[in-house]
Amino acid sequence: MTTPITLDDIESLAVGAWILGTGGGGSPYLGLLNMRRLYAEGHRVQLMSPLDLADDDRVAVVSNMGAPLVGQERLADSRNIARAVEIQEEFSGEKFCAVMSLEIGGGNGIQPLMAAAHLGLPVVDADTMGRAYPEAQMTSVAVGGLQPYPCALYDPRGIEAVVTKVPSWKWMEGASRKICVEMGSIASTCKAPRTGAEIKEWGIHFTVSKAIGIGLRVREAQRRHEDPVAAILDEAQGKKLFRGKVVDVERRTTEGFLRGRAVIEGLDEDRGSRLEIAFQNEWVVAWRDGAPVAMSPDLICVLDTVSGNAAGTETIRYGMRVTVVALPAPPVFLTAKGLEHVGPRAFDYDLDFRSVFDP
Amino acid sequence: MRRIGIDVGGTNTDAVLLQDGRLVHAIKTPTTADVTGGIVTALDLLGRHPEVARGAIDGVVIGTTHFVNAVVQRRGLTRVGAIRIGLPTGASLPPFCDWPADLAVLARGAVFMLEGGHDYDGRPIMPFDEAGMRDAARQIRASGLSAVAIAAVFSPLDPSHEERARAILAEECPEASVTLSHRLGRIGLLERENAALLNAALADLARVTIAGFREAIQASHIAAPLYLTQNDGTVMSAETAMALPVMSFASSATNSMRGAAFLSGLADAMVVDVGGTSTDVGELRHGFPREANSVVEVGQVRTLFRMPDLLSIALGGGSIVAPAKADGAPLRVGPQSVGYRLTEEALVFGGATPTATDAAVAAGIVVIGDPTKAAGVPRETADAVLGMARGKLEDAIDRMKTEAGPVPLIAVGGGAFLVPDTLAGVSRVIRVPHGDCANAVGAAIAQVSGETDQVYREMTRQAAIAAATAQAIERAVAAGAERASLETVDVEDMPLAYLPGNALRVRVRVAGAMRGSAR
Repeated sequence: MTTPITLDDIESLAVGAWILGTGGGGSPYLGLLNMRRLYAEGHRVQLMSPLDLADDDRVAVVSNMGAPLVGQERLADSRNIARAVEIQEEFSGEKFCAVMSLEIGGGNGIQPLMAAAHLGLPVVDADTMGRAYPEAQMTSVAVGGLQPYPCALYDPRGIEAVVTKVPSWKWMEGASRKICVEMGSIASTCKAPRTGAEIKEWGIHFTVSKAIGIGLRVREAQRRHEDPVAAILDEAQGKKLFRGKVVDVERRTTEGFLRGRAVIEGLDEDRGSRLEIAFQNEWVVAWRDGAPVAMSPDLICVLDTVSGNAAGTETIRYGMRVTVVALPAPPVFLTAKGLEHVGPRAFDYDLDFRSVFDP
Repeated sequence: MRRIGIDVGGTNTDAVLLQDGRLVHAIKTPTTADVTGGIVTALDLLGRHPEVARGAIDGVVIGTTHFVNAVVQRRGLTRVGAIRIGLPTGASLPPFCDWPADLAVLARGAVFMLEGGHDYDGRPIMPFDEAGMRDAARQIRASGLSAVAIAAVFSPLDPSHEERARAILAEECPEASVTLSHRLGRIGLLERENAALLNAALADLARVTIAGFREAIQASHIAAPLYLTQNDGTVMSAETAMALPVMSFASSATNSMRGAAFLSGLADAMVVDVGGTSTDVGELRHGFPREANSVVEVGQVRTLFRMPDLLSIALGGGSIVAPAKADGAPLRVGPQSVGYRLTEEALVFGGATPTATDAAVAAGIVVIGDPTKAAGVPRETADAVLGMARGKLEDAIDRMKTEAGPVPLIAVGGGAFLVPDTLAGVSRVIRVPHGDCANAVGAAIAQVSGETDQVYREMTRQAAIAAATAQAIERAVAAGAERASLETVDVEDMPLAYLPGNALRVRVRVAGAMRGSAR
């Protein structure tokens, strides 16, 4: 059974996915513009529950891969992601029944809708991150040890590639990243196909609905001139970490990633303190006055204090007034295996994971 | 130093003379449809003051809402030939794709999308389509378009394709005015392109308007350079303003807040500027308006301009008062306003439309026009109108405040009498002499800036920023700034991964007070 996704749902999804992007995944705005255009042309997209998948259904897992900064210039084109799905179908000789997001966070929360509109397939209400992460092995399906290949990559100049076989998710990350960098640090990708059974066991469920729900609350709060940050904390059971003003942002692009740190000087009840947040495409670890206070896999979200909209690692800048909040991580990442994939040490920070939400 | 500051607003043209940090004289006169006439009148009135007539003027600085109003009100716009260089990327999101339909229909002349642009690593996405560009240039000439905006993918990193496109245009249609997106923005193609499109759409208006400013100054026999103020409270030459009118978009609001800071001597305060139709509420931090975060919409078009964070509410001296009706419809103030027709339509000026000004006169808090003519406004109605104004102001101030405690508030603008002496969340209300000319004062005290934008190699980030800052300071001093007053207003650095030696592109902008002349 499927339910129609309205354009208003997509407007909410764009806001919510950007917040769940934890600074990365690229702004969903350009994806939203593509969807407005597709809906104006008469396309419609359906949402289906992951629980309604048959065990042997084949699901295309899609994402736009690369540095978010590049996505600000090489604008998303809905046909690219649809082409990546077709390359995967041509390679395997099998058709897909549905499309699903690799990561709900950021622009990739909208990518499956673009593919679905062109291909006439439903979108599965699930993803494999519950947020955004920079690398291929940082997914629930990688934690589940599912097969990492083949992966199809597409560049609109007509460059098509399939990574046919790799021994591990780490190798998939390395091999596909090299191709992605060659394509200009941006590529439309269709990851290893998944079965309905795999999605039911390892997918992070109902994250499309969750993003729409968060976005709807923010938009309502904005309309009513209520505090959108409070609405997010309420809707997503989050915790406020810090409120202040951005006083420094340092960025460097290495191997297709945007890395760096942002420094926020406290305002209101945080006056006199500083929060420093390191990022690799997404916010990874936050230190308050030198002591770590939040880290992956907890979601660290930097929000515009006034509008509640997310601030991305590539768009945050000096002078912005922001509120930093933490949202709970998907449980699959809190296991020992999960933390191996996405805990602070996976990002080269020698820290033991401690959740903001631990009592 | 003697500078004349002029604010050309939608309703009034104000002019002030500042001499060595002292306001000598200020006048106010209605803006005229041709703009020039209002300035000539203003300068004439100003020149009648004995102290103004004496001695040379070092500069005339004009701040204006003319260009931003043209976009907001959708008038005076030129059709633009839009050239996007970046195919095959971004094909589904062409120029104007996120513009409101009513504005796009006025500004969209033709759209051309060509192969070219660059990748982040410096390689061309595709070789620049020279033949396609030449063809586009010929079509632009044939269709009679006089303004062109060019945006290439990653042009802030490598502007060569935008520059090559301009060279071809110069050969095929030398008359066209051309805006290159890399001159107006940073990374973010759509927003940078939007800024370029808006700028191109204002090309004709900018030419005519700034020529009018010049004529007015000449007609007033003032031999001084003309400057326009830009969004960050610094001046640009008239030539630059003609090429980049969008840089003035928020200048009037910036001037108003900087003028309020100057007149009150306060560097940190809330500012309310009550005009004829609307009220702007903003916050001063260290003498400058607090800036809005990231994306700023101008006339519903997304841009990345750095602009003061302002909340505009529909409340002004000309707000129309609709009394409570027998059918239960409550009393309303605004959003409609008589605007610049205040001096004809308001009751106190012999008109027939009750306005917020009439209510203030009836309540006895201000004397404007003929107070006896406001006698028809019952006292309860007048008090209710002022109560509603108070409520709107308190709400707006609360939303713009960044700290919980009460803060000082500077009330400026022609309708400042609508601001009561006590307000919730406000420690004190400060009214300043000439507060109704705060914009013109802000123009007169506008700062001088210096900017550098270049690539540094084999240096730490700190060293590169320090080197860039030193160079920006020298440029500002060369442009007439006082060295000791210079402060960094903007720093942006971008690593260029494709160049060897840790290449870092650093842009630094400093601004400070204009040095006094030697005389």
